[in-house]
Amino acid sequence: MAEEKKYFTRYGDGYSTYMTKDEIKKDVERGVEDAASRGKIDPLTEAEKSYIVDIITMPAKMASVEPGKEVVLSSDEGTLKASVRCGVSIDRTTAVAVEERILCMDSAELAHIDYSYKPIKPIIFDEVCAMQHAELNSIIPLFYGAMPNLGLYTKPDGPYDNWAELLPAGKVAEAREAQEKAAEQAAKDIVSVADHMVEAGADALNMDTVGASGDADALAAFTAMKEIHRKYPDFPVEMGMAGEFFLGMHGKLTFEGEQLAGMYPHEQVKIAEKAGATIFGPTINTNSSETFAWNLARTCTFIKACSEESTIPIHPNVGMGVCSMCLTDSVPLDAASRADKAIVEIGRADGL
Amino acid sequence: MRVELAKKMRIDEAKAYVAEKLGVEVSELNDVSVMREVRNDLNIGEPNARPENAFGLIAKARIAKLLDIKIPSVEKFRGMIDAEF
Repeated sequence: MAEEKKYFTRYGDGYSTYMTKDEIKKDVERGVEDAASRGKIDPLTEAEKSYIVDIITMPAKMASVEPGKEVVLSSDEGTLKASVRCGVSIDRTTAVAVEERILCMDSAELAHIDYSYKPIKPIIFDEVCAMQHAELNSIIPLFYGAMPNLGLYTKPDGPYDNWAELLPAGKVAEAREAQEKAAEQAAKDIVSVADHMVEAGADALNMDTVGASGDADALAAFTAMKEIHRKYPDFPVEMGMAGEFFLGMHGKLTFEGEQLAGMYPHEQVKIAEKAGATIFGPTINTNSSETFAWNLARTCTFIKACSEESTIPIHPNVGMGVCSMCLTDSVPLDAASRADKAIVEIGRADGL
Repeated sequence: MRVELAKKMRIDEAKAYVAEKLGVEVSELNDVSVMREVRNDLNIGEPNARPENAFGLIAKARIAKLLDIKIPSVEKFRGMIDAEF
C-alpha cells in the first residue's frame, strides 16, 4: 500500500515538517475550535476550513490573494527596520524614501529607536523636524508610531512602584493603584506627542503594541485615543494590539463601561471605534509548538469575527510571532504568504 | 490607504471610491501598467524618478485635490505658506 502523500509545512516556530492532508485537516479543526471556544465566537464554516487546507497544501512555494482582493499595507517601527534592525547606515527620513520608491509600500512610519511615547517627549522637537522633512519628500501616508509601554513608568525608570513586584508580594491594592497612576500619565504623554505630531503635519499616528503591559496599558491607549479624537477629529490614528486579549494585570479597569481584562479582538475593535480610532490592528498570538495549520485556522477564526464586528478598516498584525506568522526573525515566505492570503480572503482584512 | 485614513472606509468601498475618482476600473488599481500611465497623466508621482514628475508634497497636494480628501501634511504646509496649491 502506497504511503499517503505528505505536504511540506511548518510549526509555529518556523521549523519545517511534513503532514498528510488528514493531519492538516485535524489541526485546522482544532485551531478553529480553540478560537471559537476562547473567544466565544462562531467557528469558520466547513467551506472556509476546507479553503485553509487548500491554501496550505497548494503546490506553489508562494501564495497570493485572488485578483481583486488586494489590500493595503501599514507597518510598525517602519523606518527603524532598515537603519536599526538591519544596520543599514541611513537616516530615518531616507528610509521613508526607500520604503516609498524601492519597496513600493502603501505607507511608511517614522519612529524613534525607543519606540515608546514616554522617552519621545524630551526629544519631541527633533522628532517634529524629522517628520516635517519626511513629509515634504514623501507621497505615501506617513505615520508617527510608538508604544504606550506602561512598564517604563515603573521604578527605577519611572515614578511608580512596579506592579509586577507588588503582585507576587500580595500587595494587590498597591499594584492596582500604581497601574492606575501609570495609565493616567501614559495617556497624557501619548496625547502630548500627538499634539506635536499634528503640529508637524504628520499624516497619521500609530499607537502600536497596545496592551503589552496588560489592561492598564490598554486603558492608557484608549483614553489617549479618545482625547486625541476630541481635540483633532480629522487626525487619523491606527491602534495595533500587542496580543489577542488584554491580560488582567489590574483586573478591574473599564473603558466606556466595558471591562478591559480578557477582551478579545472582536470586542477590542468596538472599544477602539468608540474611542475614535481610524484603523484597528488585531493581533493573534502564535503558538510556536503548534503547527502552522493550527495557528492559521485559529487566526482566521478570530480575525473573521473581528472584521464582522468592525465598522472601521482592520489591519491584522502579521509580523513575526503573531497572526500565525512563525516566531522567528526571518519569517519563511511560504508560510507568510499563505497566512496573508488566508487572513485577507477568509478573515476579510482591509489591510495588513 | 489614503481613503481608509481620511474617511474610515473599508477596503472594498475605498477602492471603489478611488477608482471612480481616477476614472479607472477597480481591477485596474493593482495593474502597474495601467496605473503608471494614470499616475503620470494626472502627475501624482510614481516610484521612478522623472524630471517632469510631481514628487513629495507636490504630489500629495494633487492627490488630496483629486480624491477630494484632507491630507494632514498638505493642510499643514498649505497653512505654512498661506497659499493655495
